[in-house]
Amino acid sequence: MLEKSNPALTVTLPSDWEIVMTRVFDAPRSLVFEAFTKPEHVKHWWGIRNMTLPVCEMDLRPGGAWRRVLRKPDGTEVTFKGVYREVVPPERLVYTECYDDPGVGSPEWLTTVTFEEQDGKTKWTGTCLHSSVEVRNGHLQSGMEEGVKDVFARLDDLLVSMQQGVA
Amino acid sequence: MSPDRLSTTFAALADPTRRAILARLAAGETSVKELAEPFTISPPAITKHLKVLERAGLISRSREAQWRPCRLQAVPLKEVSEWVERYRTLWEQSFSRLDDYLHKLQTKEKKHARKK
Repeated sequence: MLEKSNPALTVTLPSDWEIVMTRVFDAPRSLVFEAFTKPEHVKHWWGIRNMTLPVCEMDLRPGGAWRRVLRKPDGTEVTFKGVYREVVPPERLVYTECYDDPGVGSPEWLTTVTFEEQDGKTKWTGTCLHSSVEVRNGHLQSGMEEGVKDVFARLDDLLVSMQQGVA
Repeated sequence: MSPDRLSTTFAALADPTRRAILARLAAGETSVKELAEPFTISPPAITKHLKVLERAGLISRSREAQWRPCRLQAVPLKEVSEWVERYRTLWEQSFSRLDDYLHKLQTKEKKHARKK
């Protein structure tokens, strides 16, 4: 439902251990897969506003390591890293992911990414599976400036009907 | 909005029955009896849910009328939706850059194809 007002990305929490995101890209699957898996491409888009990506290493094979360093405008850096478990071009990637955050420690989770072809477009689905609800919430929180500790998924329908009801 | 208040809101919204109650109230204020009708749980259980929602500031109950109508309070929901939006936006920043980048790559590919 939220897709109506926000056509792009959906974020849901289907269980206590998961975060699932979906997004459709207007490009063929092979190209989208490349854009996600080659450092020379990733450097062009991955990151957060006002941050740079000085390091992006991807040893794209099962057992291969990946590492990305995000540099904030104040010079501090956050390192994201992990190991590939499955690499099936151009449809599927499974890898571990973790980062160091003074607020939440070094949570690690397993991310499964699928690329599906849909009429010349590509549906991307990323599922992050955490070892506990605490790690999941820590991961969620890390994207925020303050602590949001609990569920905010499956609200989309409700929020839309609320806003319509209020409007 | 303080994180604690946000946690209270999220905790209140984490229950499907409470979400259904709120969705029902979005259509307008109503009595507890009317609210309970579509649910299989008992009126006392509904009252419990209403108390949680009331504490979270998501609903208010009028003390004027005898039937104490329940009413949706939109402010906390608006705040939650702003937080959801913030998390989404964080990712969407990268993805909209990727949209542009994919578009560029495709344009380049087409040019290449024409040259051949």
